[in-house]
Amino acid sequence: MDAKIYEMGKIDIAWCPGCGNFSILKILKDTLSELDIAPEKLVMVSGIGQAAKTPHYLRANVFNGLHGRALPAATAIKAVNRDLVVIAESGDGDMYGEGGNHFIHTIRRNPDITNIVHNNMVYGLTKGQASPTSLKGFKTPVQVNGVILEPFNPLAVAIGLGASFVSRAYSDDMKETKEIIKKAIQHKGYALVDLLHPCVTFNRFNDRKWFKENTYYLGEEYDPTDRNEAFKRAIQTDKLPLGIFYINKESMPFEEKLTAYKKNKKPMFEREVDFQKLSNLIESKRK
Amino acid sequence: MSDVSIVICGEAGQGIQTVEKILTSILKTAGYYIFSSTEFMSRIRGGSNSTEIRISDVPVNSFVEKTDMLIPFDSKAVEHVKWRIDKDTIMIGKKEFIEGKSKRTFEVPFSKLAEEAGSKLYANTVTVGVIAGMLEVDFSTVESFIRNFFRKKDEKIIDGNIKAGRKGYEIGEKLIKENKIDFNLKKSEEVKDYLLVSGTDLVSMGAIGGGCNFISSYPMSPSTGVLTFLSKQQEEFEIIAEQAESEISAINMALGASYAGARAMVTTSGGGFALMVEGLSLAGILETPVVIHLAQRPGPATGLPTRTEQGDLLFALFAGHGEFPRIIFAPGKTEDVFNLSRKAFELADKFQVPVIIMTDQYLLDSSFLVPSIDLSKIRNEEYFVKTDKNYKRYRLTEDGISPRGIPGYGEGLVVVDSDEHDEEGHITEDLDFRTKIVDKRLRKLDLIKKEIEPPELIGNKNYKILVIGWGSTYYCIKEALEKLEDNQTAFLYYKQVYPLHPDTKKYLTKAEKTIVIENNATGQFAKLIKMETGVNIDKPILKYNGLPFGVEEIIRELKAIKRKEAK
Repeated sequence: MDAKIYEMGKIDIAWCPGCGNFSILKILKDTLSELDIAPEKLVMVSGIGQAAKTPHYLRANVFNGLHGRALPAATAIKAVNRDLVVIAESGDGDMYGEGGNHFIHTIRRNPDITNIVHNNMVYGLTKGQASPTSLKGFKTPVQVNGVILEPFNPLAVAIGLGASFVSRAYSDDMKETKEIIKKAIQHKGYALVDLLHPCVTFNRFNDRKWFKENTYYLGEEYDPTDRNEAFKRAIQTDKLPLGIFYINKESMPFEEKLTAYKKNKKPMFEREVDFQKLSNLIESKRK
Repeated sequence: MSDVSIVICGEAGQGIQTVEKILTSILKTAGYYIFSSTEFMSRIRGGSNSTEIRISDVPVNSFVEKTDMLIPFDSKAVEHVKWRIDKDTIMIGKKEFIEGKSKRTFEVPFSKLAEEAGSKLYANTVTVGVIAGMLEVDFSTVESFIRNFFRKKDEKIIDGNIKAGRKGYEIGEKLIKENKIDFNLKKSEEVKDYLLVSGTDLVSMGAIGGGCNFISSYPMSPSTGVLTFLSKQQEEFEIIAEQAESEISAINMALGASYAGARAMVTTSGGGFALMVEGLSLAGILETPVVIHLAQRPGPATGLPTRTEQGDLLFALFAGHGEFPRIIFAPGKTEDVFNLSRKAFELADKFQVPVIIMTDQYLLDSSFLVPSIDLSKIRNEEYFVKTDKNYKRYRLTEDGISPRGIPGYGEGLVVVDSDEHDEEGHITEDLDFRTKIVDKRLRKLDLIKKEIEPPELIGNKNYKILVIGWGSTYYCIKEALEKLEDNQTAFLYYKQVYPLHPDTKKYLTKAEKTIVIENNATGQFAKLIKMETGVNIDKPILKYNGLPFGVEEIIRELKAIKRKEAK
């Protein structure tokens, strides 16, 4: 499928020039076209923030909901229509801060969705405050003496919860990131892509140079089914590993386990009430 | 008419609910009209809880204060219900629980008799037996219920319980004979075949009838029963029932499910609903249908978790930032509970708005007899369209309803956004368009207003005094007025509280005096009426101690108002 099919035409994009989000948008379109996913079958779900605007910039079905609440909506969309490809995409503040509880429980629930988190370690839309992943010492208009909180480690949390698929990518590495997102979408079950990218306006500390110097790729010899090793790499902070950290081969997607699909494979919108059964249920109350 | 009120009172964990469950079934099968309601503390063991079972030879559906017979299960019981017993209350139970508490105490050592039948654990069955014996139920009915109730247990336990039931039964029979007690209750054939349902059953079955195939909720009293009911039926009716990590998750799941074509609901109570409020507002701007069952309990905050109140009406009405239409039902009559719970799903889909069904602990936890539920006239419509390439989710239409597409159904794209959006659904800050789309959303209210459930007038059409109530107080007010036999007073019952029916003003201005009866402290429905019609309600009768109104209480309050008037 030609990547042009996702083009929106002439639209006004709200990102700053040079923002890592532009590469992410291009990578996403390329990945989707390589996977032959038709826009009508794709649902992009997001919350609020600069990253959460991504769904508006490509042709797809869109559920742009509330701040932090993309994952519950995405889970339910996939649950009621398993034929849809569902991607929940937002930023680090949205997914790890406001929506932190949903992040935990969506991993436990394991719906077959891809969760792309633009992680630039800063709040963009609200103008430069710390995000849950901001590094200690990072000064902002609110954290005036620098961040004093321990940064949130989404990969360690996800691996700790036995997540189905856990990865980290960096937006400037377009080729590698495309491969990671592709595998995440193809994976059956919840797939996390923690996607590092520079914020050229509000994060002058974690700039392109910093990301280059402080990241490395998990090599070919790395075994993503080894959870202990995955956890070891996830808590590494001197240099941040990139690649697929962990794949839980035993996990089964949430919607595959639902009894609503036991006898009937159709999506929910194609179903009707069985009034005979309801009548039987009502009649059972006579006894 | 004869009417007996039996109150069983004891600690949580002593099996009051089991006794209630078996007894109500047995008494119905025996041919009595029954109604039961329960009040309990927010704890799993201990405390003092009570259940009232009303038995009558005519239909009864409301709580009464009087206690004709009390079965205390522990030493605190008599104290707990002392406000509703008198010297004539028959008390049956262990000597130390009842001694000297009334003129008519009858010692029956339930545990000791149970032990004689094989185990102390059968004490509740002895109780059931005593009451069945006193009310002249055939023992074969008792036996078959015991058999059915314990069918999953082994034969020894079943036999032991039957033996225990018989011991109690014989004592009950002897009691009425020797003491010349005559309840004077007539049995009727027709009632034997009635449905025995709780408010929770009616909301849940109504939801199934409305095509509900997705429920996401977080457990919270008294709303949990609906989640439990639908979870139990998930395989039979192909329902996705998910316990969410929070109410915030629950409402956002429901909206995601509805966006993708499910008929989705959440069930919650005040505190949980408070967490859902941002989601409610999201439903408003997305125009994604959702049904919210709001089971009220007393607040603020955690309040009285297991008790009843009608304190969230104005909260439900104003919940959610921004302006958008909504529908609020407040059924009180059993058929309305079923029908409106079903209709909520139809209207949510038809108008693409949130529909709130307001109930409360009293309604949900009470058991009613219903002759039947008619499904023959029910048809659910399909309100979404197959999209084409040029589909726009928020097309500006004359009536405000934009044809609703479902992702994956048709060639179009379905874009919904919590930001203000253009016709396609994408973010916009075109401020001229903003006015247009706000108007579009609000225009739906005009359509909604064409389908408001009218209030029901009970009593003399040429009333002088008009009593107004909404939701669960229906039966209680109705019975109170019947007993008052005051031809000048009529009752106007509201099952839909928003939008308010346009006839309201006409009804109110016709009366010389208007009285609102509400289970809250501030007369919230009166305020809503004032806001919508400009008419002041003359007198409120309010109750907010966590218990429902009793029939006698309403009679007393109405008489007091009349007396004051006369002075």
